[in-house]
Amino acid sequence: MSNQQDILGEVTTSDYKYGFYSDIETEVIPKGLSEEVIRIISAKKNEPEWLLDFRLKSYQKWLSMETPRWAHLNIPSIDFQNIIYFAAPKKKAQYESLDEVDPELIDTFNKLGISLEEQKVLSGVAVDAVIDSVSVKTTFSDTLSKLGILFMSFSEAVHKHPDLVKKYLGSVVPAADNYFAALNSAVFSDGSFCYIPKGVRSPVELSTYFRINAANTGQFERTLIIADEGAYVSYLEGCTAPQRDENQLHAAIVEIIAHTDAEVKYSTVQNWYPGDKEGKGGIYNFVTKRGMCQGDRSKISWTQVETGSAITWKYPSCILKGDYSVGEFYSVAVTNNMQQADTGSKMIHLGKHTKSTIISKGISAGKSHNSYRGLVRINPKAEHSRNFSQCDSLLLGDKCGAHTFPYIETNNPTGIVEHEATTSKISDEQLFYCKQRGIDTEKAIGLIVNGYAKEVLNQLPMEFAVEAQKLLSISLEGSVG
Amino acid sequence: MLEIKNLYVSVQGKQIINGLNLKVNAGEVHAIMGPNGTGKSTLASVIAGNTAYEVTEGEIIYNGKNLMELSIEDRAREGVFLGFQYPVEIPGVSMTNFMRTALDEIRQYRGQEPLSAGAFLKYMNQKKELVELHDKLNNRSVNQGFSGGEKKKNEIFQMAMLEPQLAILDETDSGLDIDALRIVASGVNKLKTKENATVVITHYQRLLDYIVPDFVHVMYEGKIVKTGDKNLALELEEKGYDWIKKELMA
Ligand SMILES: Nc1ncnc2c1ncn2[C@@H]1O[C@H](COP(=O)(O)OP(=O)(O)OP(=O)(O)O)[C@@H](O)[C@H]1O
Ligand SMILES: [Mg+2]
Repeated sequence: MSNQQDILGEVTTSDYKYGFYSDIETEVIPKGLSEEVIRIISAKKNEPEWLLDFRLKSYQKWLSMETPRWAHLNIPSIDFQNIIYFAAPKKKAQYESLDEVDPELIDTFNKLGISLEEQKVLSGVAVDAVIDSVSVKTTFSDTLSKLGILFMSFSEAVHKHPDLVKKYLGSVVPAADNYFAALNSAVFSDGSFCYIPKGVRSPVELSTYFRINAANTGQFERTLIIADEGAYVSYLEGCTAPQRDENQLHAAIVEIIAHTDAEVKYSTVQNWYPGDKEGKGGIYNFVTKRGMCQGDRSKISWTQVETGSAITWKYPSCILKGDYSVGEFYSVAVTNNMQQADTGSKMIHLGKHTKSTIISKGISAGKSHNSYRGLVRINPKAEHSRNFSQCDSLLLGDKCGAHTFPYIETNNPTGIVEHEATTSKISDEQLFYCKQRGIDTEKAIGLIVNGYAKEVLNQLPMEFAVEAQKLLSISLEGSVG
Repeated sequence: MLEIKNLYVSVQGKQIINGLNLKVNAGEVHAIMGPNGTGKSTLASVIAGNTAYEVTEGEIIYNGKNLMELSIEDRAREGVFLGFQYPVEIPGVSMTNFMRTALDEIRQYRGQEPLSAGAFLKYMNQKKELVELHDKLNNRSVNQGFSGGEKKKNEIFQMAMLEPQLAILDETDSGLDIDALRIVASGVNKLKTKENATVVITHYQRLLDYIVPDFVHVMYEGKIVKTGDKNLALELEEKGYDWIKKELMA
């Protein structure tokens, strides 16, 4: 079928859809990591002494640690002295209206299809857009501030709400948690800060678009979300990245704290540049995301759609401390070409009657490797706790790999842990059936894959789900012959 | 409309179709009968373009076009429809979404605008009525958990939606209860026009009481060995295939 070959050839050689470069002037500091560099970062950001202290201590811990080797990943050695640890758009200012914003930046947003105007009008989403390391634009903050909701860049929060930041920073992910967490704690650039006061339900979805935009700059986001008693928030994080020839390190930390009766829904669509067909130039994504269900009946729910990055190392987790607290993890991870992903979740049951759910859908194509790694631990005091895990793998072609590593530790006899796993393929019969109805290969794969991932996509807010569906199809273009 | 000349087909080195000839004109209904394993489904698959089968000789002309040069999806868009003997399940994909995608693709190929969501739903409801599909099958995933009969009914529903010019129905009658058989057959009859043609593959004369064929073909060992009118089906029902085999030997 020569026609099919043509399509295949075309889509597999086509450039990364969001691979463009924008020309905003960037202020950078010299390459490399040292105490000196950390002091410069802290000084540039005008940080208080305690935060510099936090950074320096984290740096010391990092120096004593080693890159984790346990993941099912082939991680090239990273030269940490060849990375720039701070970059900020030069023309930084807080704008009142879009007219004042650098037209280059607006253009970038337009290419991404996330123009702020459109976002404002259509989706009612407040956007805190992080380009490189400094927040450029926050919208809807007026509406939010009337409710007492704090939503701003991390750096801003350090100055405006130092008590909150000081209280919660590192409380869920301690600096020494792991190698990349220590690195982030030492050099984190910027990120988002969000606080929902007692009894307040955020009327809008809070959304942040992250983007790596300066050549050769490591990106170290730091996000802190706190939902006070009875509060509710749905938080969206999405990213796309420009095409790049050198590998870029991305090591973010997200910490969530949910107090009594609070609920936080955190949704991610991750689409960092995955590298070319040989895997060259993609983003390395080492993320530590963890939520603390601090209070009774609190709930934290992670939903992620992972399509990008050359390497993904990411385990959004929940510590279920409060009694009757609930943790959820819904994930779709797609790997194509030479991509590698080792992702999953940890559910640590500490409180009584705690409940967790893990739904993981891996999709592997090309020569990629996709691993699920999950830990469910029921501690001795976590009476009557239960977990349900469902880990499915879908293989496209026969050169890719899917692996499942479930770890289960039940230390209380009343605990119930259920684990189900399946592996399947898109069958020739399914493709033939679709094509016989006039649907071409690409669209058929899109349909089937989206059907497979439906349970997870259904967890996403509407407008995000549509974007995610498109992404799934784009990521798998040309993956079945 | 369809002309198959001297067709030879093999799969994994095994010869299945051996010099088959068949001509179908617009407005006609053809029935193909024959013992198990003689290649009826293979023939249907080859017309639809299934690449698992290798056409080693012969040609298939459809509306003056060499069908072999068209991809599976383009054949479908040109109006070839296959009602599957064993419809596959596609988990998580709703029938509505599936049909919407298919119809959009076909309309686009024909240079037509896609239907709006409202117009599509209206159209779908009309077609559901035609095949008396009153339940919520279209909200469920494609064929998933459908009973044998529901799957077959669903094939006819899709045929109604896509309005093919050439419909090949591979044992769409098997597994249907008496009422469903009548509904399916009347659906097929309602969809019949002067411009389209239907080929039904069946083992049972019963279906042909409802869908009256212009021609009945007997397929045996990869070839059409006998052609007659609807009375041939009655004869087969009564006598089986042995007498044909004997005729062939003689
Ligand atoms: N993909 C395949 N690989 C190997 N053999 C096949 C394949 N498809 C069909 N065959 C063989 O080709 C022959 C014809 O099969 P086919 O399904 O076309 O028969 P049929 O006439 O439709 O039979 P039935 O009446 O039982 O449906 C059978 O012997 C079958 O086993
Ligand atoms: Mg058959």
